[in-house]
Amino acid sequence: MNRSGAPAARVWAMLLRYLYLLRSSWPRTVELMYWPTLQMLVWGFMSQFLYVNTNYVFRAFGVLLAAVMLWDVLFRGQLGLSISFLEEMWARNLGHLFVTPLRPYEWVLSLLSMSMIRVLLGIVPAALLAIPLYHYSIFAMGLPLVGFFAVLLIMGWALGMAICGLILRQGMGAEGLAWTVVFTLSPISAVYYPVSILPGWLQHIAWALPSTYVFEGMRAVLFTGIFRADYLLTAAALDVLYVTLGAFAFLFAFRDARRRGALLQMGE
Amino acid sequence: MLEPAVKVEELVKHYPTAVAVDGISFVVRRGVTAALLGGNGAGKTTTLSILLGLLLPTAGRVRVLGEDMLRHRYRVLPRINFSSPFVDLPHRLTVRQNLSIYARLYGLPRRRERIERLAEDLQIEGFLERPAGKLSAGQKTRVALAKALLNEPELLLLDEPTASLDPDTGDWVRGYLESYRARTGATILMASHNMAEVERLCSDVMMMKAGRIVDHGSPEALIDRYGRTNLEEVFLHIARGSQAVLEPVA
Repeated sequence: MNRSGAPAARVWAMLLRYLYLLRSSWPRTVELMYWPTLQMLVWGFMSQFLYVNTNYVFRAFGVLLAAVMLWDVLFRGQLGLSISFLEEMWARNLGHLFVTPLRPYEWVLSLLSMSMIRVLLGIVPAALLAIPLYHYSIFAMGLPLVGFFAVLLIMGWALGMAICGLILRQGMGAEGLAWTVVFTLSPISAVYYPVSILPGWLQHIAWALPSTYVFEGMRAVLFTGIFRADYLLTAAALDVLYVTLGAFAFLFAFRDARRRGALLQMGE
Repeated sequence: MLEPAVKVEELVKHYPTAVAVDGISFVVRRGVTAALLGGNGAGKTTTLSILLGLLLPTAGRVRVLGEDMLRHRYRVLPRINFSSPFVDLPHRLTVRQNLSIYARLYGLPRRRERIERLAEDLQIEGFLERPAGKLSAGQKTRVALAKALLNEPELLLLDEPTASLDPDTGDWVRGYLESYRARTGATILMASHNMAEVERLCSDVMMMKAGRIVDHGSPEALIDRYGRTNLEEVFLHIARGSQAVLEPVA
């Protein structure tokens, strides 16, 4: 009777736990789709207006819509991971989970998988809705879209792991970080405008973010039809750095929580 | 010869502002029910948390089922389990979903049959499809026990197993634990304030105070040693004494 099973089985068990949760509450599923769709509607109509009024948007109608949707990949990627993590905090369930053979890295893998599911559930309906409404398909970007999506999702994971580590370290008082931190990156990621608009000193910071390369690369594809592989490779290299740092921050915080006895006490 | 189920040597746990466990050593033999007994803050839950690998000690050695718990806890965790009324199962998942998740985490084969059998044993079939958050305290305790018995643990650690239960449900849980140990030969180590429960279930008792084990023995031996009529009187005598290590009443 005593056995510990395979890591993949435990990752699947945890993923199933979050899927059950998602399935148990239809408002949560609707909410996943609500914000990306709403953003797409607001920016879509704004794009339509600017299309006839500005030269910038005239050069490529979908630039703002694509930026909105890709920004949501980063935001939802981070939030999707953090929310699944917080579910365990709210449920005060860590004391049960970590007396099973579940390893912290297996838990992280399930959180990453759930984050991807949440992102796809949120973004795909909005992207499909844009096709009949604005005759714009983000999928027309082709293969570069896959690269942009992956870079932003992984950056969201890196940020999400670091935030979860902070919550493990600081307790539920730091819960608000899950909803706010990513927005501080929005102005310097050059989501809706070229990075050259930023002050010189801020541009150095902007170029240290994988997201900046994605949004510059996206504009290059949309405006000139040129895919900047150098941007994507630099962004991927930065992702490797940040996701490693995020994973270390999380695992360090987890070990620290074991030292402090926080796994049994953590909760609302 | 098999090592004891639990062997703790010079275990210490310091927090920045308190000493939770102060150099305790004890052994729990295989196949017995033993208890850590003491007032609030005595160090019982801290000790259980270290045995479970949830908490890292400051110093000391911990062997569980013959393995070094601090170095090889993933060899031990599949063979032990834990239940506490103070640690919840996710409220929005149904009882069956919760049990299914934990069965998968333990890598159990034939999960459905195992859950059905435990549900029958613990009389929880009627609310398997109900969200865990909508159960009464007694129902939650039985579900938590089902979770704790999924992997048929060789060592079952229980923190206040009958806290907040009415006498009838508490008695039923105690009866079930006795029958589980008799049937499987498992070892049970519990932390408790409930003296009647400890007298009924346990053959070995460690009396804790201020992070130290101040006395130990069978309930009968402790009652005799202190010249009292029951374990509660022994507990009160120790809890109210001013010395860390107390002399029995003459």
